[in-house]
Amino acid sequence: MTLHPEDQPWQPKSFAFTEANLAQAHKIIKRYPEGRQQSAVMPILDIVQRQEGWVSLAAMNLVGEMLDMAPMRVYEVATFYTMFHLKPVGKVHVQVCTNVPCQLRGSDDVVHACKKELGIGIGETTADGKFSLAEVECLGACVNAPVIWIGDDFYEDLDAGSTVKMIEAFKRGETPKAGSQTGRQTSAPAGGPTTLKDAGPTTLKGDA
Amino acid sequence: MLSDKDRIFTNLYGIHDFRLKGAKARGDWDGTKDIIAKGRDWIIEEMKTSGLRGRGGAGFPTGLKWSFMPKEVGARPHYLVVNADEGEPGTCKDRDILRHDPHKLIEGCVIAGFAMGAKAAYIYIRGEFIREAENLQTAIDECYDAGLLGKDAAGSGWPFDVYVHRGGGAYICGEETALIQSLEGKKGQPRLKPPFPAGMGLYGCPTTVNNVESIAVAPTILRRTGAWFAGLGRPKNSGTKIFCISGHVERPCNVEEEMGIPLKELIEKHAGGVRGGWDNLLAVIPGGASVPVLTKDICDTVLMDFDSLREVRSGLGTAAVMVMDKSTDIVATIARLSSFYKHESCGQCTPCREGTGWMSRVMNRMVKGNADLEEIDMLEEVTRQVEGHTFCALGDAAAWPIQGLIRSFRPEMERRIKEARANLSAA
Repeated sequence: MTLHPEDQPWQPKSFAFTEANLAQAHKIIKRYPEGRQQSAVMPILDIVQRQEGWVSLAAMNLVGEMLDMAPMRVYEVATFYTMFHLKPVGKVHVQVCTNVPCQLRGSDDVVHACKKELGIGIGETTADGKFSLAEVECLGACVNAPVIWIGDDFYEDLDAGSTVKMIEAFKRGETPKAGSQTGRQTSAPAGGPTTLKDAGPTTLKGDA
Repeated sequence: MLSDKDRIFTNLYGIHDFRLKGAKARGDWDGTKDIIAKGRDWIIEEMKTSGLRGRGGAGFPTGLKWSFMPKEVGARPHYLVVNADEGEPGTCKDRDILRHDPHKLIEGCVIAGFAMGAKAAYIYIRGEFIREAENLQTAIDECYDAGLLGKDAAGSGWPFDVYVHRGGGAYICGEETALIQSLEGKKGQPRLKPPFPAGMGLYGCPTTVNNVESIAVAPTILRRTGAWFAGLGRPKNSGTKIFCISGHVERPCNVEEEMGIPLKELIEKHAGGVRGGWDNLLAVIPGGASVPVLTKDICDTVLMDFDSLREVRSGLGTAAVMVMDKSTDIVATIARLSSFYKHESCGQCTPCREGTGWMSRVMNRMVKGNADLEEIDMLEEVTRQVEGHTFCALGDAAAWPIQGLIRSFRPEMERRIKEARANLSAA
C-alpha cells in the first residue's frame, strides 16, 4: 500500500546536519550569486544523503528552510533525480548498468550473479540491511562495460566471476579496488594503448 | 592515422599526472595570458577558422556560438556553462578529460569565458562521476593557489572563477536548457527556445553552454592555430575527436583520432577488430544511443564525421561507436534503448511522455514478434508524431533508433511476427 510520506513508519521526526556538514553546506551556498541560493539544493541534498544514507522528509523540509524554498520545490527536485534515495537503501548499494553497451558485453550475467550472490531481486534490500540492488541507466563508462557503481566508485570490465569476487569482498567488510577488474589501464585497449606511445611527458602518475 | 604530435589529449588514459605540474609538462597553461591579450575578436575568429564543431552531439560551430553572446556586458553578467553531464549511452570521453586532463578544461574555461565576457563558469558534471569531480576540484584548487583562477586569472587581468556543480542522475540534464534549470535548483525540464541561452540563460543572463571536449580543445587550437586544426579531417568536419568504441570488439577503448577516419579502420586499428572478424559484424550505432543504426554494408566504407554519417541518414553524435556482431538480438537492443528513453523522458511534453512509453511497449512486443505486421508501419508513424513535436531533442532521440531499425531490419521484424503467428496457430 502506498502511504503518504508523513505516514511512512521509517520517516524520522527530525533531521540535523553534523557541524562539519553544516559548514560545508554554507560553503556551497556561496558558490552561487546572492539570491540564487536555490541552486545549492542538489549539492545539499547530496550532503544529507552522504550523512544519513537517504533523504528523509524532515531533511527536505530543513533544506527548504535553509534555502528559502517552499517544501514542495525541494520534493520536486528530490523526486526528479534518481540519485536521491527517498527511503533507506543498503549500506552497500549495488547499482548495475544494463544499458546497451553493458548489455552487449554481458550485463545480464552480472545482474544474475548479483541476485544470486546477494539473494535479493532488483529494488530489494537484504534482511540485515547491508546490501541493496538496483538497475541503473548508462553510467558513462561504456568502453569498460559491464559496470557496477557502488559508493563513490565504479567497478568495470566485469563478468559473473569478478562480480561474485567483488561482492564477496564487500561481504567481508573490505572495499575492493575500484576501476577495471581485468587490470587494464583505464579506457586504453586491453594489452596496451595503440596511440600515445612516444616517450611523452615524464611525470608519472603519483609523482606530483 | 593521426600522429601522436597532433593529439591533444596526451594523458587520455591517465598514465601521467593529472595535476598542475604534470599538465604544465604537457604544455597546458603555456602562454594563456598572451592568448587572452590578443583579444576577444581574435580568439573567436581563430576558433571559427579551426572549424571546430561542438563535441556534445549536435555539431554546431563553436566559434559561431561564442560570437552570439552580447558584445558588451550590461547589467546582467555573462556565464559560461560547461556540459559535463555525459550520459548518452556509449559515451565516456568527457570522463577521461575530467579525470585525466582537467587542466585543459579549466584553461579552456578561462579563455572561452574571456571571449564571451563571462567572469564565471559552472561545470555541470553528472552526479555519478564522483571521482572525476574530485580530480576536477583538485585541479581547480591548484589553479586558485597558482593564480591561474581568481581576481587576475593567469595574469591576464581578467577575473575568472570556476565552480563544479554535480548533477543527480537525470539524462535530460544533458540538454542545455534542462541543464540550466537544474543548475538553478529546479527539476531538469527543458525550456522552450527561443529565447536562446545566449540571450536569456542561467539566472536569466546571457549564457553559453558548451560540451567538455569543445572547451578542452580550445587552448591547444589557439596555441597551434586554427589553421592547424582545420588541416586535420575534412572541410567542415575538421580536427581530432575522441571516439569511444564499445560492444562486440576485441578491445573496447577510447581513442583520439582524426575526424573522417573510416569506421572500419577505427575499429580494426584501435579496438582489435570486431569479435570474430569483420564479416561477423551485424551493425554499428556510430554516435551514441540517439542515432540510427548502420548495417554492415554501410560500415564497410563510411567515414566517421558529421557530414559523412548524415549522408547515410545517421549521425556522428558524440562519436560513441557501439559495435554489434551477428550474435546480437538487434530488436531487443533497440527495445532496450526505447525503455531508456521512456525512463529518461522528463514528462513535460505530451508527445514524448506518452510516446516514449507507447513506443517502448510496442518495441517490447516486437522483440517476441507478438504484434501485427501493420503495427510496424504504425510504430513508424508514431515516431514521426513524436519527432519534432517536443521542446527538446529527447523526443527525436527516442524516435530515431526505432526509425533506423525499421529502415534497416524490417525483414527481421516481419520474420519474428510471422514466426510467432505460425507458432500460435500450430499450438
